Amino acid sequence: MGMTYAQKLLAKATGQPQAAVGDVLEPEVNLAMSHENGALVINQFNEIYEGTGREAKVWDPSRIAIIFDHRVPAESSKTAGNQKKIREFVGKQGIKKFHDIRGDIGGICHQILPENGYVRPGFVLVGTDSHTTTHGALGAFSFGVGATEMASVWALGRILNVEVPATIKVVVNGKLPAHVYAKDLILYVIGRLTAQGANYKVLEFHGDTIRNMPTSGRLVLCNMSVEAGATSGLVPPDEETLRYLREEAGVKEKVEIFGPDADAVYDHVLEIDAAKLEPQIACPHTVDNVKPIGEVKGKKLNQIVIGSCTNGRLDDLEVAARILKGRRVADSTRMLVFPASWRIYHKATDLGYIQDLSRAGAVVCNPGCGPCLGIHQGALADNEVALATTNRNFKGRMGNPKAEVYLCSPAVAAASAISGTITDPREVK
Amino acid sequence: MKTKVAFKVGDDVSTDIVYPGRFMATVLPTETPAFAFADNADFNRKLKSGEIPRGSAIVAGKNFGCGSSREQAVSCLKGYDLAVVARDISRIFLQSAINLGLNIIICPEIEAAEGDELEIAGGKVLNLTSGKSFATNPLPKARQAIIDAGGLIPYTRKLLPTAKA
Repeated sequence: MGMTYAQKLLAKATGQPQAAVGDVLEPEVNLAMSHENGALVINQFNEIYEGTGREAKVWDPSRIAIIFDHRVPAESSKTAGNQKKIREFVGKQGIKKFHDIRGDIGGICHQILPENGYVRPGFVLVGTDSHTTTHGALGAFSFGVGATEMASVWALGRILNVEVPATIKVVVNGKLPAHVYAKDLILYVIGRLTAQGANYKVLEFHGDTIRNMPTSGRLVLCNMSVEAGATSGLVPPDEETLRYLREEAGVKEKVEIFGPDADAVYDHVLEIDAAKLEPQIACPHTVDNVKPIGEVKGKKLNQIVIGSCTNGRLDDLEVAARILKGRRVADSTRMLVFPASWRIYHKATDLGYIQDLSRAGAVVCNPGCGPCLGIHQGALADNEVALATTNRNFKGRMGNPKAEVYLCSPAVAAASAISGTITDPREVK
Repeated sequence: MKTKVAFKVGDDVSTDIVYPGRFMATVLPTETPAFAFADNADFNRKLKSGEIPRGSAIVAGKNFGCGSSREQAVSCLKGYDLAVVARDISRIFLQSAINLGLNIIICPEIEAAEGDELEIAGGKVLNLTSGKSFATNPLPKARQAIIDAGGLIPYTRKLLPTAKA
């Protein structure tokens, strides 16, 4: 029987001819990623070895990546303590894929992994971060796990109890209209599926819209697949994947790719006509509360945020800079920009985007998770309203349960900065 | 087991609600319970003061624990020995709950109000207050083995390779 991409990948990873939906497998892990919550993973990891008389050594330091991004530079002595503990562990264990708080190699984990060529098609990749789904954009079966699960992976080198998931095939055809982006597409998909519509399943993206989409857009789709509950979002790798790995991620060796079987069996198929899409907004307080922009146009905004692991990439900054160059962020609002990595920050500086945004009145912050999860910078006051290109709008997400967060594309965010209200980028002259 | 519903929540309760992001620098299971449902001042206070007895239940709708993978959202509830009776549970939260030994019951039709007494046994939840009975979904077999071992840490300990290559 034909297999979906996830089935085929998990079959290959476990050396079996077939992997049926519901089979429980224990695949070897190709890459295990953590950020500051590595501090908790270390505790759990050490506990595994307690009383065994063995030295607590990770199974393979070359397959572990640790990236500081959630609170950089540290906002408190407690965080600094966690980071110090991780730094010492990294040194002791010989972990080389370590991205400390640095202006050259630093950034958000879900950008650092792809841009450094750490992710390959066919990988089984786990991360102690729910947005680990991102790396499915490069054809890796990648998913979020808790800290204790990761401790077990560090010890064993394999992940226990992976149930082969059913797959929802998302087929997108047609050309995205002007001012409509991958972010609008995935918000629309989440609105259609709901926040639980893909629970325990994966999304597999197909269609000419996806084939013509650069990896930067595919990363957005897979990043937010988890917001529909999906274990992983997957784009079967193709020529664009190979181009990205070669040209943007510096991968030199030959990379093998494969796709799903033509007769694969899907849970169901969701077909979307990209040409009919409009800019989309996810309204408070759930990501599936998605509306076309016309229904929320004019909403007054106190803060606008462009950045995050979802939309802090070079093309996102380019769109924002193009809209804001020579214009001004309205006095009634404020705008924060968080590039996804320092590599992106540097390119955006070279191309003039950083100056364009900054001269328009945006505050360009250092790459990191920033206000997306409400722990570091950019917290909201009571009753304030934010519009953000981030991935979650849960109550309290931006640091205040009495505030509201709307989600959108970088084009909508930039257009809205000019007026200080939710604005359709198609209407900005 | 018998338990009493201390708190009732709806669908799609995220881990940002259970354990707000701004407390994520706190990681130790001995310290996380202080911030359980921190944005709900009343419930948080009742947990901390012991007004809600250990072993009480949270009744939830669908997709409980969605969003962030932060394990603090599990350890903070485990610290009060709470049981979560939910219509269904988000994947990462479910796995972390199994790994840490948080008592979770998936009960797709559960109906209960705060203050109701529940009896959980033999594949069903009996609401002693309303007299209604609701079937529970068993956990997948492979996961039951982790629970039986006392959590993922002891389970993994048993699987450690005998000799390093």
